[in-house]
Parts: sequence; structure tokens; C-alpha cells
Amino acid sequence: MAFLKAFGKYLPERRVTNLELAQRLDCTPEWILGACGIEERRFAAEGEGVVEMAVAAAQDCLGRAGVQPSDLGMVIVSSASAEQRFPGPASSVATRLGCGQIPAWDLPLASAGGLFGLALANDLAVRYGTVLVVAAEKMSTISLREPLDRNVAILFGDGAGACLVSATSGFAAITGEAIHSDGAFAADLRLNWGGPLQMNGRAVILQAGRKLPAGIAEVLARARILAADVEVFLVHQANKNLIDRVAQSLGVPADRFYCNIQRFGNTSSASMLIAAAEYFESRPMTAKPVVFAASAPASTGAPF
Amino acid sequence: MDERQTVLAALIRTASRQDVTPQVDQSLFDSGVLDSFALPDLVSAIEREFHIVIPDSDLNPKKFESIARIERYLDSRQ
Repeated sequence: MAFLKAFGKYLPERRVTNLELAQRLDCTPEWILGACGIEERRFAAEGEGVVEMAVAAAQDCLGRAGVQPSDLGMVIVSSASAEQRFPGPASSVATRLGCGQIPAWDLPLASAGGLFGLALANDLAVRYGTVLVVAAEKMSTISLREPLDRNVAILFGDGAGACLVSATSGFAAITGEAIHSDGAFAADLRLNWGGPLQMNGRAVILQAGRKLPAGIAEVLARARILAADVEVFLVHQANKNLIDRVAQSLGVPADRFYCNIQRFGNTSSASMLIAAAEYFESRPMTAKPVVFAASAPASTGAPF
Repeated sequence: MDERQTVLAALIRTASRQDVTPQVDQSLFDSGVLDSFALPDLVSAIEREFHIVIPDSDLNPKKFESIARIERYLDSRQ
């Protein structure tokens, strides 16, 4: 068992409103809001890539924890939107942070990458020392590729989240986890090199709408905790309508699911860690359990 | 509509929160009766009503696109 030590985040400055997107996508701002619950999202500046955003979120996280980069034992970086096939961003992030030659591990996993990173860090912190998990995405370059698909283009934003996982101390213990993968539906949300993001939205929602509550229920059942007793659910910010349905499935009020998708859009694997960073910025940790969860067509899970 | 189709229409009304009775062959998606977010609710309701467990491998929206397709799926499970 390991501990959560701190969260951090980085959001680019540029706000992109529904009005701006609607003009480009030949639709209305009201349609965008109704379809996904997003009011605006952030887009990275020119020259601001996955590595730069990851480093900024990591520095925010390290600063909050009072931990030096030289104290880290491992860096895990999740990104589905890295600019090159290899090397992935992890080694560059570790070097720019000044971590020396510690192992730096890439997770090219959309949506659920931050969650899988936490689950891995939970085990690896004992062996390698404090693990920095970062998830960073520059989705704007992908979601706005031609040919434009408005159902894709309205959803995504850029940003990065980070979490420090320690084997010895922190403000909360990671006491359980349940992660799964299912390649049977991998084609329903995919990105080929250089091509546009291809999404079968109906199938993605059906998968997530069933697997996300199932994953959360699995981890709660193992810990013998009722959903009603959970302080907050910090989940991948995929779509406000989906999050509300998941809350309904679990029989808890929708406001128990922390939501910032209205302001940041879907930042893929970064969104869950960004949500956690924002949540813990303004609230003290209580003794009640917190559940993290994310789902993509190929992977799902829920540690807490 | 026969009895099973009437039951399915009622489940669709509940999941979609719309007071509509779709035609047996009508696409629930193209007609706007069922949006993506109501589909998981319909699948869960079918499981409860017909006492079956629909495995993840069967979570293909096309199987639930119309009353006729749902019936075909239910028949395949017998």
C-alpha cells in the first residue's frame, strides 16, 4: 500500500469558448453545451507541447509537496497525444525536471492513463521510491485535424495533471484498486499516426456507461464501502452527461462527482488528475474514502 | 405489437424519458428517441426485465437499435 502525497496541474492560458468553436464547426454554442456540458476548454499555445505541460504540472505538484526532483525514484508519464512515436515524453520530462537518470516510463493510454499510472505507482513506490505520475495531453492538435468531426472537436481540451505517490507517507492511503482492459472495442476510439481521431460515440458511451459504474462498484465491494459513504468521486472528465448517468447508476447524487469539464473540456488521460488537483486545492482531506475512476473503450478501472 | 414488443416499448419510454411508442423497425437512434446516454439505461432495463446478463462482448449499439433488433438479440439468447 502506498500514499497520495500531493496533486498538481497545469492548464494553458488560452480559453476557447463554444462560440469560437461553433463558428468553425458550423453549429451553435447551445448545441455544444447540450451535447457534452462543456462551456469552454483550454488550448495550448504554439510551441507548447505535451512535455512542457507535463513539466509545469509536475513542478506544481512537487512544489505543493515540498519534494525535490532529485528525491524521486521514478517518473510515469501518460499521454495519448505525444508528438512523436518514440521516445515518449517521460524521459524528457524527467530530464527537464532534473531527476537524473531515474527510470521514466511512458503510458500511451487515452482517458484512463492517469488512473493506470496511479495503480502502477501504488505497487512501484515500494520498489523504486517516490513515484511522480503525470498525465499530459495536447488534444487540440488531434481533435481539430481535417476532416473535422464536430462530435469529436467539441469535446477535447489541453492540460496536464500530476500526482506524487510515496511508499511511506502522504495525506491519504491507496487502499484498493481494480483495473481492466478489453481490446474487443479498441476500434471504437482510436487514433492512427497522422490521422484524425476516430470515435464511435454511441459505442464509447455504452461501454463507459456500463464499465465505469461496474469498476467503481467492484472496488467499493472489495473494501466493503457503500457508494453513499464516499466523500467524492474523482473521475475522468469525459462528458458531463455520462458522469451524471454514472452517478445515477450508483445511486448517489450527481454533485458527489466532482466536475470541471465545463471549464476545461475532456483532457483525456490528464483530466482525472487535474480534477483531483483542483478538488484538493480547496478542500481539506477528510477521513471518508475518495474514489478515482476512468474508462476508455479499451481500459477501465477505479482505485481509491 | 405483441406482448414482448409492448414491454420493450415501455422500457424504451422509461430509458429515453420520452412519451413515445416507436415502430418495431424504427431506428431508435436516427429518430432521436434514444440518445447515447439513455442506451446504457435501456440495456440494464432489458437485463432486469428478461432476467439475463448481457456480457460486455454484446455491448454493440446496433443490437439495440430498434425493437426488432432487440427481439432478435433476445431470441439469440434463448
